[in-house]
Amino acid sequence: MFGIVGYAAHLPAWRLDRSTITSTLGQGGGRGTRSVAGYDEDSTSLGVEAGRAALRSLGEGFEPNLLAFATTSPGYLDKTNATAVHAALRLDGSVAAFDSVGSARSGIAAAWMAQAVGGLAVLSDVRTGRPGSADEAGGGDGAVALAFGPDPIATPIGSASSTAEFIDRWRVPGESYSRQWEERFGEHAYVPVAAEAITAGLKSAEITMADVDHVVVTGLHARSVAAVTRSIGAEPQQLVDGLAATVGNTGAAHWGLMLAAALDVAEPGQRVLVAHLADGCDVWVLEVTDAITAYRQRSTKAAVRTVAEQAADPGRSVDYASFLTWRGMLDREPPRRPEPDRPASPPSLRGTSWKYGFVGAQDDSGFVHLPPGRVSVGTGSIDEMTPVPMADRRARIATFTVDRLAFSLAPPVVAAIVDFIDPDDPSGAATSGRMQIELTDCDPDTVAIGDLVEMTFRRLYTVDGIHNYFWKARPVQRID
Amino acid sequence: MASHGIRDKVAIVGMGCTPFGEHWDKSVDDLLIESSSAAVSSAGVRLDDVDAFWLGTMGSGLSGLTLSRPLKIDHKPVTHVENYCATGSEAFRNACYAVASGAYDMVMAIGVEKLKDSGYSGLVVQNVAHDGSAAQLTAPAAFSFLAPAYADKYGVDEAEMKDVLTRIAWKNHRNGALNPRAQFQKEVSKEKISCAPLVAGPLGIFDCSGVSDGSAAAIIVRAEDAYQYTDHPIFVKALSFVSGPSTGTVDPDYDYTSFTEVVRSADEAYAQAGIEHPRDEIAMAEVHDCFTPTELVLMEDLGFAERGMGWKEVLAGTFDLDGELPVNPDGGLKSFGHPIGASGLRMLFEAWLQLRGEAGERQIAAITNGDKTKAMTHNLGGSPGSCVSFVSIVGSEPG
Repeated sequence: MFGIVGYAAHLPAWRLDRSTITSTLGQGGGRGTRSVAGYDEDSTSLGVEAGRAALRSLGEGFEPNLLAFATTSPGYLDKTNATAVHAALRLDGSVAAFDSVGSARSGIAAAWMAQAVGGLAVLSDVRTGRPGSADEAGGGDGAVALAFGPDPIATPIGSASSTAEFIDRWRVPGESYSRQWEERFGEHAYVPVAAEAITAGLKSAEITMADVDHVVVTGLHARSVAAVTRSIGAEPQQLVDGLAATVGNTGAAHWGLMLAAALDVAEPGQRVLVAHLADGCDVWVLEVTDAITAYRQRSTKAAVRTVAEQAADPGRSVDYASFLTWRGMLDREPPRRPEPDRPASPPSLRGTSWKYGFVGAQDDSGFVHLPPGRVSVGTGSIDEMTPVPMADRRARIATFTVDRLAFSLAPPVVAAIVDFIDPDDPSGAATSGRMQIELTDCDPDTVAIGDLVEMTFRRLYTVDGIHNYFWKARPVQRID
Repeated sequence: MASHGIRDKVAIVGMGCTPFGEHWDKSVDDLLIESSSAAVSSAGVRLDDVDAFWLGTMGSGLSGLTLSRPLKIDHKPVTHVENYCATGSEAFRNACYAVASGAYDMVMAIGVEKLKDSGYSGLVVQNVAHDGSAAQLTAPAAFSFLAPAYADKYGVDEAEMKDVLTRIAWKNHRNGALNPRAQFQKEVSKEKISCAPLVAGPLGIFDCSGVSDGSAAAIIVRAEDAYQYTDHPIFVKALSFVSGPSTGTVDPDYDYTSFTEVVRSADEAYAQAGIEHPRDEIAMAEVHDCFTPTELVLMEDLGFAERGMGWKEVLAGTFDLDGELPVNPDGGLKSFGHPIGASGLRMLFEAWLQLRGEAGERQIAAITNGDKTKAMTHNLGGSPGSCVSFVSIVGSEPG
């Protein structure tokens, strides 16, 4: 049986101080912060970042047999979203990529599907609600990737589900927010089915609650989550923090995020119980193996940040007006410039490995061409190039500019000329590959020539309903 | 195989140029009718006498019909030319070759652009279908890379650099104030220039050329026929055009302090014209001052200043109207705006006026006193690291 062999969480850099909601609207908000996907991020791009980190932690030995992508906020309907994640992760064309989107429960579906065949589950969400709502303040944006295979760091030892049809939370396709029934009704509906599933889950694992070291109880119905947590008889030290103070509830991804937080600190032999309340309750019990010790070292070495590390990072503060603008709740006056034109499908298909995979072309002399070209800059030779993946290489800012005229949801645009650092040169002085690229998650006032940047997959803009996914550079998050 | 040039084989015998500005009351057709009428009238010929036409426009029309329809040109060849911001110069270059080849006796090069009808600020370019991966920078942003790179390389501090760029804008506006065809005919104080709101990087509004509508045209004949039309023809000494391999954008060795395309096209033009010391031999230069750091870098790329010394020459007034080598005596793109297809021919129009002693208050003394007889026009299109460059040298004396 396959278990979790690797995982990584990804939280966007932006945080919204909930008190700014209260001070702006006179309602809603609250204490603490929530995580916010930037104007150039969506569930797909956040998912890519989590997937990249997970694959990086696993090294080259791991190839998923399937990619399952789950979200309540898909970039597209009809068209599969997992394929963009698949392309950005440079997975082989023979690897299936499926969406399970729409409801918060989809996350469990993706994980169990991936677990069955040794695949990669990417759970990602961008959560919001009407201005002033509890969903807006309590929601969070983020993603987690769980990789499954043999010789796991966490082995599933039990599971159970209870399914129940009731109208507690709902959203008609096309609407930008959910509606909810009276809170006490949800509690009435959820608590018994959750108790049922948890009992069944523990039974299938042949353990009791006392044998569990890390308890993850979550779901979008906060009152029921609290009630279930109280009722299961877990000690406070067993409970995994729901990250409400810093991140908020990340919908379809949230149980995965909390599981990742548990795995970040779990010892070999410990057990984790996940109970996810969504239209019933799904329970999963996992046992951590000895392999986690070595894995954690590899993961740290691969610059994968723990959940706690990311949650504690104050990140960049977004003002409430920008938050509303980014989420499409506030239609602001654009600059008197044309919107970008939509990316065309045929050239995007011809250049998939560049546009999504960020694969350049290297000639015999080692010169890297970005974007990949057929003719060598140095020698003029044609079609004598080697593909070279550049997404995980760092680059140095050669020069940059702050463009106050260009169209952006978050002006000004900061663009830089970056030179990629040659991984074969231990001194870090040699560069190979230059391109002009937009910077993101950066402060225009502190960007400097010589700064180190890393690549991040983003949704640059959307025109005619086509999302333009490509790469940007951001200041290096972690110097190792 | 070699490039030979057509030195002194063809001459300009008439030119016309509309005022440049926000022509809300004029169409592309109106502008073309005005500049072409002025050009044929200046040469003392009729439109029917012109055998073929080269029309430069980047976005104000497609095909030769853009010209033949409004002018009712009677079944003659009209070639539509586009080459980014060098579009007008390209129309001129190809028209000259047609005469030099013997194919036609008299041709017209005409450029036009109507930017103000777009409804947007700045330049709007229609893109070819693309994959969305190229960073979509505005023109001021793309050129703003030059200023910090130059300052860094030559140890110019931020305040000095600001003074240099400000002085270029100040000088060109000062020249434009003397030009009744300019979009902006007012001097602008250095303080106003340097305190203007930022557009991109260190570039403020006054570091950018304006956006305007305009048209200009030239009548070209074989040099030996030139004196039939005017006592003061202008002879074409050199025409060079370079389209770069666009490697600056991908090569870490490119440092954003030079346009290699300009260096190469200038070298070629000097060779064609037999010029060895451009700063001493040229009476004036109209150069592509789309943004102030562009003009600074051009001073070095065109050989008017030593590498790293251009900024000092700017501050010293070398390129002022009364300086050693006046640059953009008509006010440049700064005062005229940049209606793409028209700009190259508008530059040539200033050379035409100056070399014939018809530039009025802007008249350069070195020409009227007979010291110098040659003028340069220069265009570039694209952005640093990836551009096209045009250089012409024209003169009032044959041979």
